[in-house]
Amino acid sequence: MKTETTFEAMKRAHRRRQITTSVVTHSFMILLSVIFLLPIFWMFSTAIKSRWDIFLWPPVLFPEVPQWVNFRDVFTRVPMFRFIGNTFYLIVLKTIGELLAVPLIAYGFARLKFPGKGIFFMLVISTMMIPLQTKLIPLYSMYVKAGMIDTYWPLVLPAFSGTPFFIFLLIQYMKTMPRDLDDAAKIDGVGTFGILYRILLPLCIPALTIIVTYTFLWTWNEFLQPLIYLNSYEKFTIQMGLEMFKGIWSVEWNLLMAATLSTMTPVLVMYFFAQKHLIGGIASVGMKG
Amino acid sequence: MVTKQVKRSKAAVKEALCGYLSISPWVLGFIVLTFIPILSTIYYSFTRWTMMDKPVWIGLENYIHMFTKEPLFYQSVKATALYVLMSLPVILIFGVLLSLLLNMKIKGMNFYRTLFYIPAVISGVSIAMLWTWLLQPDVGIVNSVLSFFGIQGPKWFWDPKWALPSVASMSLWKVGGSAVIYLAGLQNIPPQLYEAARIDGAGKLRIFFKITIPLLTPTLFFQLIIQMIEAFKVFTEAYVITKGGPLKATYFYLLYFYEEGFQHFNTGYASALILILVVIIMAMTMFVNYTSKRWVYYEGEDKAR
Repeated sequence: MKTETTFEAMKRAHRRRQITTSVVTHSFMILLSVIFLLPIFWMFSTAIKSRWDIFLWPPVLFPEVPQWVNFRDVFTRVPMFRFIGNTFYLIVLKTIGELLAVPLIAYGFARLKFPGKGIFFMLVISTMMIPLQTKLIPLYSMYVKAGMIDTYWPLVLPAFSGTPFFIFLLIQYMKTMPRDLDDAAKIDGVGTFGILYRILLPLCIPALTIIVTYTFLWTWNEFLQPLIYLNSYEKFTIQMGLEMFKGIWSVEWNLLMAATLSTMTPVLVMYFFAQKHLIGGIASVGMKG
Repeated sequence: MVTKQVKRSKAAVKEALCGYLSISPWVLGFIVLTFIPILSTIYYSFTRWTMMDKPVWIGLENYIHMFTKEPLFYQSVKATALYVLMSLPVILIFGVLLSLLLNMKIKGMNFYRTLFYIPAVISGVSIAMLWTWLLQPDVGIVNSVLSFFGIQGPKWFWDPKWALPSVASMSLWKVGGSAVIYLAGLQNIPPQLYEAARIDGAGKLRIFFKITIPLLTPTLFFQLIIQMIEAFKVFTEAYVITKGGPLKATYFYLLYFYEEGFQHFNTGYASALILILVVIIMAMTMFVNYTSKRWVYYEGEDKAR
């Protein structure tokens, strides 16, 4: 009997120690997260303040009268909806391009045998490393000659030849699928590309989701290329619009933060829905290289 | 037998044709959008050209001008090098530290991982806007809090001495982006190794330095190269916040390139500029790669992929 009670006591002590460590770790992690996200809280707080409240000392996180009207101002004073619409238009076009090109290209690399495949694959990988700026001047001059400056073509065309990162991602994904699938289909008389579109592609949907999500995020956040290729105000993307706000309301920080927050929201929503895939996708490519 | 072989080779030819067909969109894009442009950049770098006129061959003049007559070139190299030196160690060290925290086995860890990754999905322009507000010299929250403790905060982006460290420290906020990659590296370390070490009586610190760090070095190595290239390409922060100022303290290389190429349209000279950056990046990558034999641990099998 005595042994059992000491055992019980030890177990209880162990449990208590476990709970203490867990409470300490969680408090630490929560504190760290709050510090980390403080800039975003502060942005939100500024975005709903009046132009006088933002300079109050001591600072308040929530103003007495939240100025939701700031958001309306952002959307009415500048054609925000226009910029958002433009960006979505770009996203749709680029997504179509990537979804047409990437599975086809990845299938060739992952499944088909042809001379020179190794060299082509090396080229795909090495183009991932080349800074975009290296090609920018000739590309610009090429698009000038083609009359494509101030159109969406320079931004959309590359998607139709597949982004190397996505090609690599999908190759890796397709390689995990058993070859037996292809062989069985071949016996059933399915052609080479039938195997891709009818057998493999439906199984690739998780990887395709990553591709669509990244196309969304990157197109939404892209700044340099729209800045270079687009000139007229009506064609601006969301990031250019945001940068433009800064020039217009250089000291109206509440409006600037409301604008910044509005442009971030779609990305954050997308992120929370897809975060598991996103982080997984980035990590798998980031490690293997 | 013979007919069978012919059949097989016919099938192989057909497969090869299908293979070329399937990668043709990429090949086409590579030739038109990468290969020709890069060759053109090299050619243009030896010309005087403003994009509106015809390029005129001037040999090495752009390069000679850059190295001997252009203080802005040295200023931009200096600003960029300092930025790389300041931001890279911070990103690497804090990235690894954060990944160690996020690797703890506690309930709800996924939630914390999600939170710390948030700044990595926000656009460069948004981040720049946000930090411009936080670090306002007179009315920003950071200096307000500092003055509450009796500290006179610096002018951050608006002080030639502080501007560069301010831009560099912004990258600290995005450290969650690389932390998840280290995290994947940490989770790839076989748990048997830890168990064996523990049975052998190794302490926690010893396990960390003898197992965790060595097995993380391949990931670290890869991240070092990626983050270094990213750091050399710093642009948006300077374009949005400082425009290269004050006193050209944040006049980064790509800002210089952008102004020469797309504002002054000195496109021949800008082509030479960008090639020098590529050479610098390649040299640095090769240097890191060369040192890697000393500090990167390869387990043999899947790490070398």
